[in-house]
Amino acid sequence: MLDDFFIRALLAGIGIALITGPIGCFVIWRRLSFFAGTLAHSALLGVTMALVFELNIAFSVFLISAVLAIFLLQLQTKTNLPNDALLGLLAHSSLAIGLVIIGFLTTIRFDVMGLLFGDILAVSQSDLLLIWGGGVFILIILKIIWKPLFASTINYDLAKAEGMNPDRYNAIFTILMAAIIAISIKIVGLLLITGMLIIPAALSRNISNNPLQMVILSTIGGLLSILIGLFSSLEFNTASGPSIITAALILFCFSLIKFKKYSELKK
Amino acid sequence: MENKNKVLLKVENAGVSINDKSLVKGVSFEIKQGEIVTLIGPNGSGKSTTAKIALGIYKKIDGKVKKYTDKIGYVPQKISIDWTLPIRVLDFMTLTEELTQDQINIALNLTGVEHLKDKSLSNLSGGEFQRVLIARAISKKPELLVLDEPVQGVDFKGEIALYELIKQISEKMKCGILLISHDLHVVMSATDFVLCLNGHVCCSGAPHKVVKDSKYKELFGDRASNILSLYEHKHDHTHSQDGTIDQK
Repeated sequence: MLDDFFIRALLAGIGIALITGPIGCFVIWRRLSFFAGTLAHSALLGVTMALVFELNIAFSVFLISAVLAIFLLQLQTKTNLPNDALLGLLAHSSLAIGLVIIGFLTTIRFDVMGLLFGDILAVSQSDLLLIWGGGVFILIILKIIWKPLFASTINYDLAKAEGMNPDRYNAIFTILMAAIIAISIKIVGLLLITGMLIIPAALSRNISNNPLQMVILSTIGGLLSILIGLFSSLEFNTASGPSIITAALILFCFSLIKFKKYSELKK
Repeated sequence: MENKNKVLLKVENAGVSINDKSLVKGVSFEIKQGEIVTLIGPNGSGKSTTAKIALGIYKKIDGKVKKYTDKIGYVPQKISIDWTLPIRVLDFMTLTEELTQDQINIALNLTGVEHLKDKSLSNLSGGEFQRVLIARAISKKPELLVLDEPVQGVDFKGEIALYELIKQISEKMKCGILLISHDLHVVMSATDFVLCLNGHVCCSGAPHKVVKDSKYKELFGDRASNILSLYEHKHDHTHSQDGTIDQK
């Protein structure tokens, strides 16, 4: 059954949605949407590095993301520029460097479009293993650090005062974000992974009133986007990655309508 | 008796500066079980900073802070919950500690906000939110409570009741309290030790000594010295937060 490319695509997508659901909530709560986008942009550099030094792509992307995160922390201590400016600087320069290096790689045929938008229909069995293996690992870590991470998200001082060590958990969460981008770059691509992190979480915020509920609804929203997106891309012969994100956006619009009615009822 | 109580926190000649500008320096005090230590001083005098030094929030400080307990409850001066984070009072109560439903109910009941349990934090009024913050801090039965202007935005009657509660907690639970307050009435009547700050310690000691200190008079004016007589008020009934009357 796993031989069928569409079944593999479905399994890969479901795996991605299961991870991006909960992680995406924290991305929104911690106002890291732009940061996630920056990490995703730097993934292009990661991929080209993998080609130059013949490394595993996921590993190389993860490494570059981690370096970028550390670099950002250093920049923050050296200058008073606002965070969004620093992120923009890093996002676009790492993307540019990646593209420049690709220019030098004349001997390697390279599918830039595939990298930008992913190719979920070309998922191999080893990719599936990476997503599900890595995904389970990421989710287990998230489960373990949930409480201190959540407390640090609410209020740094309070978490620190009551013995939670927020710096440590913020760092672990950054690593988790780098990891999720590394394992999903091939499937949804670097431009769309941020969409998968943010849109399902955003739509679930509209219809939930507590953290756990938001995580569950975000995961369901992600799963629905994957299913609707993949089946419609099969039906209408559209690119699969963008179809998934479009499906997510449509679901988001539905969540707005429902939210309005709900609040009117309450009045 | 007093000496038998365990020391919970010892601050020695502590201070902190950010970008070479000193926020507060040379602060020393200690807090024992069942003792209330209060920080007073004008705006920007380093009260909250001192509390944060004591709590170990700053990465780099001058001087020394020794903590002899890990069971700490903190009510920060300012906390804002973003709309993007849906969180009910219930979820907020268990932020740093697992609690049973009973423990949550008891703590919320003590500060008079049990009826808000399932409400969203972002829908609470300022005073209601303060009550929830205090409830959360005491629910974990801390050995040391740090309260940074805990009753800001609370109505007048609630203010007195909450300070009464804080005093009860320190007596019953034998917990030490570091309190920051603007309300000199309360400070002077319910406190064991006062530190008067203005970038450094101006004067410190038992309340009746501090009010006679010339530096205290300079900082707060002459009228502030005559406030030792606490607001007294006889009432034959009390009101719950939801407006119902509890007969005594």
